[in-house]
Amino acid sequence: MAAAKLQTAPVGEATDSPALGLATLFRVVFVRDLQVGLRRWTDASNAALFFILVVTLFPLALSPRAEVLRMIAPGVIWIAALLATLLSLHLLFRADLEDGTLEQLFNLPYPLGWMLLAKTLAHWVITGLPVVLMAPVLAITYHLPASALGVLTFSLLLGTPTLSLLGSIGAALTAGLRGAGVLLAFIVAPLMLPVLMLGARATDLALAGENVTGPLYLMAALLVLAISLVPVVAAGAIRISAD
Amino acid sequence: MWNWFFKLASPPHFYALAGRLSYWLLVPAVVLLAIGAWGGLVLAPPDYQQGDAFRIIYVHVPSAYLSMMIYVTMATAGAIGLIWRIKLAHAVAASCAPIGASFTFAALVTGAVWGKPMWGTYWEWDPRLTAELILLFLYFGYMGLRGAFENLTQADRASAMLAIAGVVNVPIIHFSVIWWASLHQGPTLSKLEAPSISGDMLWPLLTMILAFTLFFLGILAMRVRAEVLEREVQSRWAEDVLRGASPAGVNS
Repeated sequence: MAAAKLQTAPVGEATDSPALGLATLFRVVFVRDLQVGLRRWTDASNAALFFILVVTLFPLALSPRAEVLRMIAPGVIWIAALLATLLSLHLLFRADLEDGTLEQLFNLPYPLGWMLLAKTLAHWVITGLPVVLMAPVLAITYHLPASALGVLTFSLLLGTPTLSLLGSIGAALTAGLRGAGVLLAFIVAPLMLPVLMLGARATDLALAGENVTGPLYLMAALLVLAISLVPVVAAGAIRISAD
Repeated sequence: MWNWFFKLASPPHFYALAGRLSYWLLVPAVVLLAIGAWGGLVLAPPDYQQGDAFRIIYVHVPSAYLSMMIYVTMATAGAIGLIWRIKLAHAVAASCAPIGASFTFAALVTGAVWGKPMWGTYWEWDPRLTAELILLFLYFGYMGLRGAFENLTQADRASAMLAIAGVVNVPIIHFSVIWWASLHQGPTLSKLEAPSISGDMLWPLLTMILAFTLFFLGILAMRVRAEVLEREVQSRWAEDVLRGASPAGVNS
């Protein structure tokens, strides 16, 4: 990581702790959020359970026939992953805003966006990664052939962090609002649609035995774009919410 | 040098100006609407394939154009408000949203009405239709977020942020929708292609686009005027206006 080499000197004299490198800072925030998130494991596991629930609904409502399930599997799993992300987003900043943790982060002489990126990554590890790991198992129940499982999992691995990042903008904007869950889903879902379309399409192509590099490259591009742009927007948004 | 700009951004001056401005925008808009409608509905010949049904283009295309133009205007106004902290810009952004959503809705409805005789279906998951529908959701999200805040400054800044994030996303959505649709099986119903449109069909269309744009600007001026008055309702000049006197400090 090239950024790890950049040492930032703290601004102002009031800091008695030694200067943290950006990599250390990232790790500290990341580990702290991971611990807090895992200790509230009922909240954290809701996303994963919701994912399983949604995937379970479709065979019951549509048809348990193997050929039908195989056809709808990429779309269903991607929709369920999107919904699970939307459902868990409200947890991202709210507790830290309420107990003042975010205010403390604002006062640190370090880039806020960088810390928000660490928080979003920790959030993804808790809510997104289980979805990615469960997807191939659930896909098998949809009779998805083994050849498509890898692409499905890989597309989720590329796409769900982008979903979490895009969602972090909405989470930052609505962090100060009571009962903003539906609103949060409504404002970020349109922004997430390209990822959904590309991810489901990649799996579809794999199912048809075609070349999948196109959509996967595009998803990787969107992820890089989101990593580089979203923290700046989220930092601006969270400052507005904390006012 | 920037004096006129700051003067424009001052609410009482803008209030007085917008009143006159809306008049000077709406009158030509109505005249052009009449000319465009007459040219489009009476003078233009029926299309050799579509017959008279194509005439809905004179409402559909201006609406679709404005639906996107207004979103960009809204995001630009929001960005100006965020960067230079101009309250008037936020008032403009806030006033854009319902107008933009209305034109988006109009574009979708006229498209559906047009689609029925032409494609045989009201709705087709065509890239342009889908992108337009997503745009409508973006407008609703913007208005929903704005409405959720009790603090006006927060509402202004948060919704401006969302509009900017949306505007960055609009091209991505647009291209991914096109790419997504290109992988679907080809549309069974031949899609409506506008081959070089003939002159006597084109000039009413351009007139209508101009008329709709003027209409938007006129309505925008009226809405911003009301928005500014509502925001400044505690101030002296707003009190004067509401009492029916001309605002203090403005010689109109």
